[in-house]
Formats: sequence, C-alpha cells, structure tokens
Amino acid sequence: MDLDFITKTFVRLLGALPLTLSVWFLSVVLGALVAAGVTWMRVSGVKPFELFARAYVTVFRGTPLLIQLFVVYYGLASLPAVRTSLFWLFLREAFNCAVLSLALCTAGYQAEIFRGALLAVPDAQVEAARACGMSGLLMFRRIVFPIALRHALPAYSTEMISMVKATALVSLVTLWDVMSVALKVRNDTLVTYLPLILAGAIYFVVNYALGVAFLALERRLSSHLKPRPS
Amino acid sequence: MVGDLAIFGFGEGGWGLALLDGAAMTLLVSACGLLIGAAIGGLVAWARLSGKLLAGGVGQAYAALFRGLPELLIVYFVYFGTSTLLTETALFFGHEGFVGVPAFAAGSLAVGVISGAYQAEVFRAAYLAISRGELEAAVSVGMNRALMARRIILPQVLRFALPGLGNLWQVALKDSSLISVTGLAELMRVSQVGAGSTHRPFAFYLGGAVLYLVMTVATTRLFDVAEARATRGMRHSTS
Amino acid sequence: MGSHIVKSFCLGLSLAASLAVAPGAVAKDWKTVVIGMEGAYEPWNLTDSSGKIVGFEVDLANDLCKRAGLECKIIAQDWDGMIPGLKAGKFDVIMDGMSITDERKKEIDFSKPYAASPGSFLAPKGSPLAKTTGAGTLINLDKDPAAGQAAIKSVQAALKGKTLGVQVSTTHANFASQYLKDIATVKEYKTTDDRDLDLKSGRLDAVLEDLPTNMATASKPDASELAVVGPKLIGGVFGVGEGMGIRKSDADLTAKFNKALAAAIADGSVKKYSEQWFKIDLTPR
Repeated sequence: MDLDFITKTFVRLLGALPLTLSVWFLSVVLGALVAAGVTWMRVSGVKPFELFARAYVTVFRGTPLLIQLFVVYYGLASLPAVRTSLFWLFLREAFNCAVLSLALCTAGYQAEIFRGALLAVPDAQVEAARACGMSGLLMFRRIVFPIALRHALPAYSTEMISMVKATALVSLVTLWDVMSVALKVRNDTLVTYLPLILAGAIYFVVNYALGVAFLALERRLSSHLKPRPS
Repeated sequence: MVGDLAIFGFGEGGWGLALLDGAAMTLLVSACGLLIGAAIGGLVAWARLSGKLLAGGVGQAYAALFRGLPELLIVYFVYFGTSTLLTETALFFGHEGFVGVPAFAAGSLAVGVISGAYQAEVFRAAYLAISRGELEAAVSVGMNRALMARRIILPQVLRFALPGLGNLWQVALKDSSLISVTGLAELMRVSQVGAGSTHRPFAFYLGGAVLYLVMTVATTRLFDVAEARATRGMRHSTS
Repeated sequence: MGSHIVKSFCLGLSLAASLAVAPGAVAKDWKTVVIGMEGAYEPWNLTDSSGKIVGFEVDLANDLCKRAGLECKIIAQDWDGMIPGLKAGKFDVIMDGMSITDERKKEIDFSKPYAASPGSFLAPKGSPLAKTTGAGTLINLDKDPAAGQAAIKSVQAALKGKTLGVQVSTTHANFASQYLKDIATVKEYKTTDDRDLDLKSGRLDAVLEDLPTNMATASKPDASELAVVGPKLIGGVFGVGEGMGIRKSDADLTAKFNKALAAAIADGSVKKYSEQWFKIDLTPR
C-alpha cells in the first residue's frame, strides 16, 4: 500500500467532512431549541408540561440513537399517513431525517444539562434580582443565563463531542459521511484498516479541536474566578 | 397505524420470542461489555493514579483515544480486528486455518473497550474521594497493601463509583445496539431483520425501542436500589 | 519469573486459539464444506419463519455436495463481509448470487457459473424506464455492444435527476457508479431489505438488482405498484453469471464442484431448481 493510495483515500474522506459537520451543526442547533422548550416545560410548574418533559427526557435518553434514527427514517416513511402529508416533503430526504433524529436525541441530553445548570444558580441571586424589581425576562437575561451558562459548559462540551461521534450513525441511513466513505473504500479495495484509521484520525482531530475551543470558552467566561495577579 | 399486533405474538410466524431473545442477548452483551470495561477501566485508573509518568501517559492516551473516536468506528475496528489478530497469533504458534471469534465476543469487547475509557475516570474520581485520613490511619495501624485494598479502598471505590457506573451501564446498553452491524442477533438486529422481512419498519423499530426503554428503566431502578443500600449511613451533601 | 509468566500466557493463548478452530478448515482432504450465504437474498437464499435458510442456492448446494461426496454446512453472513470472511477462512464457499467479475477474480476464484442472471430495474409501473430502448429484452453487453450502448444511453436519459438504489459492493453498484454517477443520485444499502423499503416509500425512483430477485419482490402482495421495467443487462460490468466463490488456495475444491456442477447442468437438475425458485430457467448456456 503506497503513499498515493493513502493520500487519495484521505482526500476522499475529507470530501465527506462537510456533510458530517453540517449534520452535526444543524442537529445541535435544532436540538438546543427543542431542549430549551423542554426545559421551559420542566420548570414551568404546570403539571402536564412537567410530566411531558420528564417523559421526553426518559425516552430519548433511554433508547439507543440508532433505533430512533431508524424509526424516523424507515419507520415514518412506511406509514401511508406520513407519506400523504406535508411532512413527506421534509422526511423524504435522508439528510433531513438524520438531522431531525439526531436533534431530538441530543435535545433529551441538552435538556438535562440545562436543567442542572438552572438548578445551580444560587437562590440568593434570584431573590436579590426580584428584590431589585427585575422582571422575569430581565432576570433571566442578566442573572440566570450567564451563571447557568458557565455551569453548563463542561457538560455541554462533552455533549457536543458526543454528537460528532453520533453523526457516524448516519452512514447507516444512506448518507455519504466520513464513516460511509471509509467503509466504501474498504469494500471496494478490500484494504481493511487504513480507511478506518484515516477516518478515525479525522474524527479525533475534530473532537480535539472542539474540546480545546470549549476549554478556551470556559476560561474566558470564568476570568473573574482567576487568581488575582500578585 | 402499528397494524396487526399479532406479528409480535409468540406463535407460528410471530416475532415476540425472537425480540425477547434479542433483548436477552442485548443484556448479556452489555453486561459482559461492562465487566470488560471495568477491568480495562480499573487498569487505566490504576495506571493514572500510580504517579509514574509512562503509565500515566499511556492511561491518559487510551482514555483520550477511545473517547474521541465514534463508537461505530470502534465497533467495526474491533470486529474486523479480533478475527485477524487471533488468526495471526495462532499462525505464529504454527496453527493452520481459521480461528473463529464469535460475534458475541467481538461485540462485548467493543462495548468494553469504549466503556473502559469512561469507567477509568469514574474509578479514578472514586478513589480520589476516599478520605486521606482513612488511608493514613490504615497504614499507621499496620495494614499491608493487600489488606488495605480489600478492607478500605475497594469497598469505598465501589460505593463512590456506583452512580457513575449506573450511568455507564445505560450507555453500554445503548452502545450494544451498534453491535447489530456485525450481525449479532441482539435486539437492534432482530428488529431490523423483522422490519425488513415483514416490511413493517415502524412497528418493529418502535417495538424494539419500547423493549430498550423497559430494560433501561428496570435496570436503572436496580442501580438506584443498589446505590441506596451502598450509601446507607453516609452523610449526603444534598438531601 | 517473568519468562514463566510469558510462557504460560502464550501457551494458554494458543490452547484457547486451537480450541476455537472452525471444523474442516484445516483438512485439505475435504469432508465438510462450510458455505456462506446472506439468508436475505430471495429467491437465491432466504430465511424462513423457522429460522432455516432455504432457496435456490440451498437446494443446489445440497445437490452438488451430494454429487461431490461432501457434507455441506450453511451459515449466514452479511453481504459486505462475504469476501473478507472467505479469505479469513470463516467459510469455504460463497454462494450468494455473486457474479463472476474480473475485479473479484483478483481476490478469489470462482467455480463455473451455475446461473446467468441479468441485472434488471424494478420501479413503479409508470416509470420512464418502461419506455427505454430494449425494454423487456435481454442484452449482452459483451456480445452486443451496440445494442448495449443504446440501452444504456436510454436508461441514462430515463434516470436523469432521479434516485436509484443498489446494494453495496455489487455489480449493480458498479454499473451505477460507472454509468450513472453524475446523472442520477445513487444510494447504496447494506441490505436489499432496507433498499426495498425505500423503494416502496418513494424515496427511490428505481432499484437495480438481479432479475429473479426483482421478480420475487414484484410478486409480493404489497408490491402491486411495482414492476420489472427497462432492459435486462448481462455481461460487461455485470459479469458472466453467478458462481461459487472459493479461495484461490483451494483449487482442488473448485475442481470438485465444477465436476459436480457440470453433471447437475447436464441432467437438468439446475434447470429444475431454477424454474422452481426463479420461475424462469437461468441455467448458463
């Protein structure tokens, strides 16, 4: 196996990286929106909302992403009710199904992260904000959110990295991401390990970069906690 | 919408038994994977806590590597690799022919390799949570290392690690669904075969998901009970 | 003390390894032969409701093994692990509707073909593929290149901007990537079941697959809107027929099966199995 083959395979894999990253980005953003909604329901104080939110988290954290993905991609497509509705325009595309499924799954995890972060905001601060006469929205924007964000960052970083790894599953629903290109090269050339090793290297670098970026963000946001210069 | 539920039945042409068999296989593979992960995690944690630079570095590298790679990739790698490795090793010892690694072994090894990277951190944190005072007292009383490990360290590590391990058990259960790509007849695979063979993907994948949920909820309960028993008498920082 | 530990570890490992040997893999004096099939490639091979593998190739395999004086054992294997599994020794023969192609001949040997199945398209009844040049006729790309080119051009026009489904690592996938790469969207699936689900739901406009497999799919009660359309193509990238895949190092096994196969073709047994499972006679001429 020569350098030429290694380079060619690596370039082919890199060509699939944009798809991987776009699935990741879109599902993370969509997931955050859904998670925000679920968290709001959870802390709303309205019993049915709370129950729904708890059920949502239990279901999406208690079942494998792979089966969720197949329910959305194969399962929904087999229902005549879905195929004759407007949803079909969206669900017909494998990319959309993948993003939707990944988003719903990460929303379950993100909702728990948000909830934990909200709980970590000291009651004293909330009381003080109320005493100052802050409205709910102002309090959220100026007090709760910044504190919660700092608490959420470490767990959020882990979840972001988990999502990058989760995108590898879209190779099982006909999308040409890095994982499926690596497997295709393996199937066509019968070179077993090299494509997988190269793909692994790409995923590793992406995850490493993400970890570093989040660490830098954490440091920036916690600059007030750094020791004073002597 | 789900259609005739008879396909889930237990009689002729019913998939109920096959699905339950798949669920049992899932539990088995996950359990074996968790055990293998405990062995690997324990080793890596021990390496990192040893204070030796090389061991610590290797331990950290292992954890970083297997936490930065997609689980699906690791499953494929372990699946392709174990047969080759064993056949080559056997060849080295002069044995001709194929050495079969059953899909179950490769599957639980894959789950274990992934789990081990996370279990290492859980064990390490659990060890560091043991009060230094207790360890010093044990030494001053004259306990040798083996006795100290058996009476002081291990019980407390287990107790502190339980919450983390409970979480990782759930993760192992879900990771086991990826083993389906190797052909092992665990729950995901059975759902897939059923869906394809009967052309009823919604019913089968939803049914499989329900079974996974039942397993998750039931085993989480078990872990909660174990945690309650293990931490009885301990002061809690939160109520 | 270290070397004792290393020695006993190695001993233990080789003991464990030798205990896991697949039966019959060592003997060059063939008594038992392990055959790999998908068990999910109707009507070549399929898994019935009791979990047993049945099909054209099962009947043919049992017939040929009896003629060759061998005991056959059939195991299931996913398609994308077929050739690696054979080379690793997991089984001794591949019988899974595998076409004989020059590409594959680089890796493994083949017996003489036991079927000559063309590739065909499965699509909804009103598909533009139904009106292509040579629709419904059998065209050999090697023996009749002009007609083949005309048919391919017509197929390209019919599938322009559409989505075609194939199984990974098949001659059909090769045809699609060679002739339809920038014309149609080609989706590859690990299993034919997954691909057929997408055809039924409308995600795919057509599927390219072996003729008997397409005919079997179209005959199912829930496939009333699907039909085999377009030309039937053999030769060229499709290969010259389906044969048993055997390791290059087992030339004696290939010879045994070739002898048995010749006898089975001569006395009409292959024709019998073919008509029983394929509803048409696909015995190679």
